[in-house]
Amino acid sequence: MKESNMDGLQTTATETEQQLEDMAKEMRLANDGLLEQDKGYFCDVRPHRVEPYKGIMESFANWARSQSLWILGFGTGCGAIELRPLMTSRFDMYRYGIQARPTPRQSCVFIIGGYASVKTLKRIVRSYEQMQGPKFVLGLGSCTVNGGMYWDSYNTINRIDQYIPVDVYIAGCMPRPEALLGGFIKLKQMIREGKCEGMNKYIDDFDWYKANQKQIIHDWNMPDYNW
Amino acid sequence: MNEIMTKAWYTLISLFVITNYGLLLGGTMARVRAKVQGRIGQPVWQPYIDILKNNFKRTGIYHGVMFYLGPVFRLAGGLGTYLFIPAVYGSLVFSNFSFSGDLLLVMYFIFFGQLGMALGAGQSGHPYSPLGVSRGLAQMTAFEVPFALSVIAIASQYQTLSITEIVAAQQGGILNWVAFTNPLAMVAGMISFLGMSMGNPFSVVIAPQEIPIGPPTEMQSSFLGMLQTNRAIFNGAKLVLFMNLYFGGATNIGVMVIKTFLIYLYTVIVDASFPRFRTDQSIRFFLGIPALIGIAAVVLQML
Repeated sequence: MKESNMDGLQTTATETEQQLEDMAKEMRLANDGLLEQDKGYFCDVRPHRVEPYKGIMESFANWARSQSLWILGFGTGCGAIELRPLMTSRFDMYRYGIQARPTPRQSCVFIIGGYASVKTLKRIVRSYEQMQGPKFVLGLGSCTVNGGMYWDSYNTINRIDQYIPVDVYIAGCMPRPEALLGGFIKLKQMIREGKCEGMNKYIDDFDWYKANQKQIIHDWNMPDYNW
Repeated sequence: MNEIMTKAWYTLISLFVITNYGLLLGGTMARVRAKVQGRIGQPVWQPYIDILKNNFKRTGIYHGVMFYLGPVFRLAGGLGTYLFIPAVYGSLVFSNFSFSGDLLLVMYFIFFGQLGMALGAGQSGHPYSPLGVSRGLAQMTAFEVPFALSVIAIASQYQTLSITEIVAAQQGGILNWVAFTNPLAMVAGMISFLGMSMGNPFSVVIAPQEIPIGPPTEMQSSFLGMLQTNRAIFNGAKLVLFMNLYFGGATNIGVMVIKTFLIYLYTVIVDASFPRFRTDQSIRFFLGIPALIGIAAVVLQML
């Protein structure tokens, strides 16, 4: 953080540009959505790519990851109604090592349950960034693919993968819980094959994702990546 | 020197056995709960995979030194509880570090982990963590009353604070168990055990729908892996303690497994049958009839 701003000194436009350039050189985040006094509470370090292990170690880790999928219990749209039956005796997701967790810190699968309104997208981004990697995203329903029936809505986004990386899509409106389980099986297979590197993709293309997110979320009053 | 090394090996073996037993027991009971709900349920070995997965996480957030130390204290609490309880009476390997005043130390260690966790969770800065911790400590203070009264009754019955001596006094037949010689103490103790195992109706501490999972809300990756490992050890330790106090201990591993399984099954049956108390309701509950039963047990011993 720049101390000159903390002191409340007047900075000219050129100085601000200079500061932004300096931050870009140091690979730090601007956090410009935050008030000056709040910036100190949040980190301005960019997320770093974490390389997978090599060989059998990564295969073993991926097997463990695929057998223990903890869903973030956050219903982001109407599709969340299809998540509930998974816990019941009819579908019983626990058989496949799938559980629901109430906090993003402990979860590794984020299910985007159908349409994402602009208001929800902000929460989706926050929750996604709070999850610890490796993390996986399931797009549930046609709305996550191309907007579905909301494709020309003024208040929903069309393609979720422009804002966070998605591993598996489950098309349909609504897809039944069986389809969701099918998606999970596919996700497990992809994790075991080492194809689910969404978090590293997010970090590699961080600036692109952030630009997309900021285009949609106008009241960006949160840090750029902080959690 | 050789003696110390042998003891160290025995301790490691004992810890290894209780950790695996705790994990498998957790997996089995999850399956029992699933059967109650008409499901098939998770595989028995699911707790192992969950711990592996959490330890294989690539990133982790930390919030300061106490945040690191919280799970460590919790683990120390679990290890401390187990290492001072003789798991199998008369066994060299599983007698652990039992000594003449171990009952008091064990009661302290049961509390110790929660206090450590309170400090760690407090530093995470998440508002739900201290909320869960305050609920947990309030409930713990409440169920300690019938438990402590029950322990006082047993201690005065056998005139000792050593768990090994309490177990020794119960040998020689089922009618020598505290459950039969001092049933009131057993009832008070076993009711407080329900609170200690934090299943329903005393599960408000980690209430996932309300205060996302309570104290460990911010714990993730290997911190959570450590807490899960501790959960297995601590569960095993508590089961062994209650088996020793009320049900005559065990003279071999097979008896230990059967008795602790049945004690755990009792908490799971209660867990699957009852809805959840609020914190104030559970405090009132523990300070009501269970505390009175505990007092009656102590008074009957003193007469």
